[in-house]
Amino acid sequence: MMQERLLELQEEALQKVAAASELKELNEVRVSYLGKKGPITEVLRGMGKLSAEERPKIGALANDVREAIASKIEEKQKALETAAVNAKLATETIDVTLPGRPVNKGNLHPLTRVVEEIEDLFIGMGYTVAEGPEVESDYYNFEALNLPKSHPARDMQDSFYITDEILMRTHTSPVQARTMEKHKGQGPVKIICPGKVYRRDNDDATHSHQFQQIEGLVIDENISMSDLKGTLDVFAKKVFGQDREIRLRPSFFPFTEPSVEVDISCKICGGKGCSVCKQTGWIEVLGGGIVHPNVLEMAGFDSKKYSGFAFGIGVERIAMLKYGVDDIRHFYTNDVRFLKQFHHHEA
Amino acid sequence: MFVSYKWLQDYVDLSGINATELADKITKSGIEVEGVEKKSEGLKGVVIGHVLEREQHPNADKLNKCLVDIGAENPVQIICGAPNVDKGQKVAVATVGAVLPGNFKIKKAKLRGEESHGMICSLQELGFESKLVSKDYATGIFVFPNDTEVGKDALEELGLSDEVLELGLTPNRSDALSMLGVAYEVGAILGREVKWPVIENEEAAEKASDYISVKVEAKADNPLYIAKIIKDVKVGPSPLWMQTRLMSAGIRPHNNVVDITNYILLEYGQPLHAFDYDRFGSKEIVIRRAKDAEKIVTLDEAERTLTPEHLVITNGNEPVAIAGVMGGANSEVKNDTTNIIIESAYFAGTVVRKASKDHGLRSEASARFEKGVDPARVREAGERAAQLIAQYAGGTILQGTAEVDELTMEPAVISITLEKINTLLGTGMTVSEVESIFKRLQFGVELDNETFTITVPTRRGDITIEADLVEEAARLYGYDNIPATLPIGSATPGQLTDYQIKRRKARRTLEGAGLYQAVTYSLTSQEKAAQFALETRESIRLAMPMSEERSQLRLSIVPQLLEVVKYNNARQLDSLALYEIGSVFFKQDGQELPEEKEHIAGAITGLWESHLWQGEKKPVDFYVAKGVIEALFDTLGLADQISYRQAEINDMHPGRTAEVLLNSEVIGFIGQVHPTVQKDLDIKETYIFELSLKALAEAEVAPIAYETIPRYPSTTRDIALVVDKATKAGDIQSIIIEAGGKLLKEVGIFDLYEGERMEQGKKSIAYSLKYFDPERTLTDEDITKAHDNVLAAVKEKAGAELRG
Repeated sequence: MMQERLLELQEEALQKVAAASELKELNEVRVSYLGKKGPITEVLRGMGKLSAEERPKIGALANDVREAIASKIEEKQKALETAAVNAKLATETIDVTLPGRPVNKGNLHPLTRVVEEIEDLFIGMGYTVAEGPEVESDYYNFEALNLPKSHPARDMQDSFYITDEILMRTHTSPVQARTMEKHKGQGPVKIICPGKVYRRDNDDATHSHQFQQIEGLVIDENISMSDLKGTLDVFAKKVFGQDREIRLRPSFFPFTEPSVEVDISCKICGGKGCSVCKQTGWIEVLGGGIVHPNVLEMAGFDSKKYSGFAFGIGVERIAMLKYGVDDIRHFYTNDVRFLKQFHHHEA
Repeated sequence: MFVSYKWLQDYVDLSGINATELADKITKSGIEVEGVEKKSEGLKGVVIGHVLEREQHPNADKLNKCLVDIGAENPVQIICGAPNVDKGQKVAVATVGAVLPGNFKIKKAKLRGEESHGMICSLQELGFESKLVSKDYATGIFVFPNDTEVGKDALEELGLSDEVLELGLTPNRSDALSMLGVAYEVGAILGREVKWPVIENEEAAEKASDYISVKVEAKADNPLYIAKIIKDVKVGPSPLWMQTRLMSAGIRPHNNVVDITNYILLEYGQPLHAFDYDRFGSKEIVIRRAKDAEKIVTLDEAERTLTPEHLVITNGNEPVAIAGVMGGANSEVKNDTTNIIIESAYFAGTVVRKASKDHGLRSEASARFEKGVDPARVREAGERAAQLIAQYAGGTILQGTAEVDELTMEPAVISITLEKINTLLGTGMTVSEVESIFKRLQFGVELDNETFTITVPTRRGDITIEADLVEEAARLYGYDNIPATLPIGSATPGQLTDYQIKRRKARRTLEGAGLYQAVTYSLTSQEKAAQFALETRESIRLAMPMSEERSQLRLSIVPQLLEVVKYNNARQLDSLALYEIGSVFFKQDGQELPEEKEHIAGAITGLWESHLWQGEKKPVDFYVAKGVIEALFDTLGLADQISYRQAEINDMHPGRTAEVLLNSEVIGFIGQVHPTVQKDLDIKETYIFELSLKALAEAEVAPIAYETIPRYPSTTRDIALVVDKATKAGDIQSIIIEAGGKLLKEVGIFDLYEGERMEQGKKSIAYSLKYFDPERTLTDEDITKAHDNVLAAVKEKAGAELRG
């Protein structure tokens, strides 16, 4: 009789738990069935009438019933709580496709970007970065580089003179001359020299009275033209891509002998010939050569013991080729629509 | 240098190699061929015609009606507008169906009622540049020599079917400024012989030295001067083949005598000059430096004032030529000239360069003297000229020369080992490979074991040292054959200097803060050079600026950045944040070179933050700009050493500008551009800063030392202080920090109120003060003691009252 009553209560309570749709309702079920005034407690009060054998059985059953109800209530409570949270979160849904709050960020000028990339490449190969004044003496800009005052090659670079003896440097080579002098005839010297240079040119799509160069210089025992070729090959592949090739052509610079012009294979046509490379498959990118013995000697190096190579790169030219910029003036106009294009890292 | 492919074959065998292939080989061996041009490309149908009849066009004053034999069955009628067309002439006729430059097609036409079956052509119409056309035919048709065969291809006769290689010569390769020089180069590349012109002159019994004497007073400038005399010449046009060769090389034909001197210039690289003997004014040639203010009227009819820096040829009395540059009008060879002096001389490059530069006369002749002519060819060039004049202008060559010859010609002799060549190039050439290269160059070669002793011909004045020989070996061996290696040697640490690292950190910080890097010009106008300059010092001006706008070296970067703002603002780009790092230049007393300092400058304008759909818009103000440079100082570890001082700076907003001090030294400024300046520039409200990067990068920075993370809680007390409006928040903060003692670790401002509820002339600033002691938990008493100190100090020193 009591046993049936308990099972009946369990059945009844579980049905109510299942039916409860709110936490409040569920709590009412808990109080009414498991509370001190609840029906199970009431049933247990009548246990005194039972035999000694039956008493523990009913007691155990009553506990099982209580636990069963309590466990279901707990289960249900969790479910209701989760549902309540979910319902609340559902009202908080946002449009994730709306744009985020912009974080201010700027970027390097494309020329600096190229310079830093090249600096880092050469630093990795054991070079240091040497710098020098943009206003130079005629001596360092020309004479120390095997360009005496009467030298016809001075015509090649018409210059902005300030007085007869000082001028806006026409290349970063004077930094090489100054660095060599500081080494007092002791090798090795391994430097690259980035910087602004100036020439008397009218500004147009391909000329700028101010531009940037990076020159490199290595002086040590047994430095050869093949070392220059290998070094520039590393440079070309790093800056323009692993599939680029280089080609050396004989040329003339007063401070190097032999001198070379260096071409890279055209990226656009892959060497077949197109309008960018003027149908040659090659694009001229820089000049260099073996340091002229006069330049070594003037800077205090024994040209019998030491040899060296030097090269010079036009930064604008590299940037124009690398990024496809068609007018050198863009670099100095600083239209922000131009500047903002050079922000991400390229693979 | 323009090189005719056909003409070159006079000196070197080119069989089996066409002009394009030749160009490619020349380029690869060191002289860049910039182009190969065939003028007749795309042209056709132009033949030699014979004008049989010419009469006035019945209906047009300026037109001629001509009957022309063009080698066809019947002569054709052609209407011609040229003033010089006449009966009996041999002319170039573009026949019906011909194509002329610019894809101009010739059709049968009717001109004022008369049929015209073609066109009689001027040289310009056939593609010659006007400056190359002889003055005789400048405004009309070209007339061919009488013996020209009718019906032949006129383009061929004019040398237009020839191919012309344009050599881009570097200054060292002046040896290739002549056909013979190019022949040596090509001979070396192809391994072929060079054929010289054969000169066999028949000379009269009369001696040149009886007609003229030569005296050189400036022997350093002119160690060799040779004069030849040719009598009884007949001045007239030179042969057509010579004219076309001159034109292909870019020289305008004049008359046979002048053309021959120019022809020799191109053939030998030796400039010559012809004087009219009868107009020379004396029987002596005296070469000397000009007297001060001496005058000469040159061939171009210009009167030129000379100085002792110029070398002149005189008749003992007055100048008759500026040596190596231009002859005088007084002794010019004219149509009636019969007796001539041919000058062939060696003039020093420097003195010719000076004169050509001073008088603005750059000519084919001066260019060659400036770069140095081959002394070995001077004599022969004179003889060759005499030969051609006798041949093409008639006349008698007088015996011998009148001359001064004190030129010592020592060919350079250089020894070099095979090892040296291979070491410098990184190659593995053999003795015989190298020997073959020098022999192909026609250098004298002596070989002892593996040492070469090379005798360099005088035509290659550019080769003086071992390295020059290495280059010759390299270029003919082929640069493609040189391997690619990397230097092996002692390892060197590759790294940036401390300064360079800081500069990069500055860049990263400013980019991180939202600024784009700009690069502007260092040269600016006088007006802008010193505007916004951090230091009032003298600027530097170029000796010869190209324009006023780029005449002065900048003392500050800001004006350039404001130009950038102006440019962008004018294109509706209103929100800008830019910086630049670059040098500024100050004149230094007693020093040749200016002081160069690297500055860092910025310009910020428009909206700083905007997220419009969320309704956020924050315009740039002073504190935005200040935050940017504060971040910079923080990165550089200088935050503690920087302070700001309200300042008045020209062209800056008087109330919104501060000087930036590093310790006690002013190293920059920050603030708003003066509204008047903004208006003048037509830019929006713009905040700028300019700092000495040099000062920032060179300042001493404390090393990073770890500080214990506090284990005990801190206590924060907030105070709102009422002060006079003019009182600076920074000053109060300093007072607080000083009075707070070592327990006060942080002071921050969290509110500023200047509104209506304040008493007139007052403002309220709220500070948050954080106290803690790393060693223990602070008691209320500890804090109260410190805090009371703070309150007393701000009251006493800044008159600050706690806000009620």
